[in-house]
Amino acid sequence: MFSSAGFAKTWQYIQLFKEGLICTLSLSALTVFFGFILALMLALMRMSKIKPLSWFATAYVELFRATPMLVQLFIIYYVVFAKASLPNFKLFGFIRFERFFPGVVALSMNSGAYLSEIIRAGIQSIDHGQTEAARSLGLSSRQTLTEIILPQAIKNILPAIANEFVTIIKESSICYTIGVQEIMYAVATTKGATYRIAEPLLIATAVYFCLTFPTSKIIAYFERRMSRGDKR
Amino acid sequence: MATRDEIIKVNNLCKYYYNGELKALDDVSYSINKGDVVVVIGPSGSGKSTFLRCLNLLEVPTSGEVIFNGVDITKKYHIDKDGKKVRQNIDIHRRGMGMVFQHFNLFPHKTVLDNMTLAPIKVKKMDKKKAESKALKLLGRVGLKDRATAYPIQLSGGQKQRVAIVRALMMEPQVMLFDEPTSALDPEMVGEVLAVIKELAESGMTMVVVTHEMAFAREVGNKIVFMDSGKIVEEGSPEQIFDNPQSPRLKDFLGKVL
Repeated sequence: MFSSAGFAKTWQYIQLFKEGLICTLSLSALTVFFGFILALMLALMRMSKIKPLSWFATAYVELFRATPMLVQLFIIYYVVFAKASLPNFKLFGFIRFERFFPGVVALSMNSGAYLSEIIRAGIQSIDHGQTEAARSLGLSSRQTLTEIILPQAIKNILPAIANEFVTIIKESSICYTIGVQEIMYAVATTKGATYRIAEPLLIATAVYFCLTFPTSKIIAYFERRMSRGDKR
Repeated sequence: MATRDEIIKVNNLCKYYYNGELKALDDVSYSINKGDVVVVIGPSGSGKSTFLRCLNLLEVPTSGEVIFNGVDITKKYHIDKDGKKVRQNIDIHRRGMGMVFQHFNLFPHKTVLDNMTLAPIKVKKMDKKKAESKALKLLGRVGLKDRATAYPIQLSGGQKQRVAIVRALMMEPQVMLFDEPTSALDPEMVGEVLAVIKELAESGMTMVVVTHEMAFAREVGNKIVFMDSGKIVEEGSPEQIFDNPQSPRLKDFLGKVL
């Protein structure tokens, strides 16, 4: 299964794993960023009094949650961006933008659907008295949202957003199927070059674990600290 | 026609729930003049709070009119003094009516000072420095100047409610609405909050107070309204209501609470 010769061979390609790590992190960070913006819009649309907006957001969320990520990714890459000629420059000198970008779009659209439900729950968890107090002071509904509701809601759901980041780090591995050079792509390339699979996979496992495990521990720590401050 | 001193006039106000199965307000009409301290009493579920909340449209009435400064604020449009039809902006009317809630509803993510200055800065575009000095002055009036930088979580219930009162006063409202302001307080803190409300009444502020504190109602109110089952059953001066009640329902109620 594992052999020292195998590790020696794999180690020659360690640069690919370093690049894969940078790629995975950029992919995940951009996904959380754009996914969050999309999610905020979807959540507000879903709670909107304007029915078509609410219907659209609901349909979007249900569609993206009910279909496999892989299907969504392929549709975005092979269908939506089929005709689009994206600039083919390289991020950090090695990430191929024309593959990376559709990956970010697909992951963000998927993550946006899940995050929007988290945001919606966060907004709905704020006591209605807060809205009433703000409105009774003459604040508009928009000011009430931006000054009173969102700051409290987002503070409450920060741990959930951070958890989504951990989830995306793992799920972004699917982007290797469209040739984004993240960690699993490094595994595939190394395998092709060395005919070894166990050792590259072991390295990939270690890299993913080192990314996600400390992150979720840090989140749990802040979650505990933040909830302490809220006790009445 | 409205009299010169009339601030709020309520005509045939109804609020129904469940398609009319529950009549929280059933054809209520009332008139509030400048300087009035109207105290609304009655059993739980009698429609007192609904009545109060309809005055600034936190609760949208099913039918009827709420005329504030001569404008029916329940309508989508009103005719201005030049005879033009303008879209109603409830936010503007609400600035003229301060409200204090049973559960304080302070903003927990903002300090006492920020709670107070938020609306003047955002809504009235008041200068931040000016708003803060005004807030500190008001905090001094209610004995909380040293708590300006505290967060609501660090305050006692009585302190929270006093902050909520001065937060509403920051907007210089023409009318103050109190929705059971002492019902969520520990008994020993009721006094400090009632003292502030009383002082406010004595300063000439027009107020509508929904309360279960009968002694307070009698002492501070100049008009008492007794509600039951969504209707105004009896209204009058404190002496009329407390010393000489007419309706059997009010007699029964007073017999239980006094």
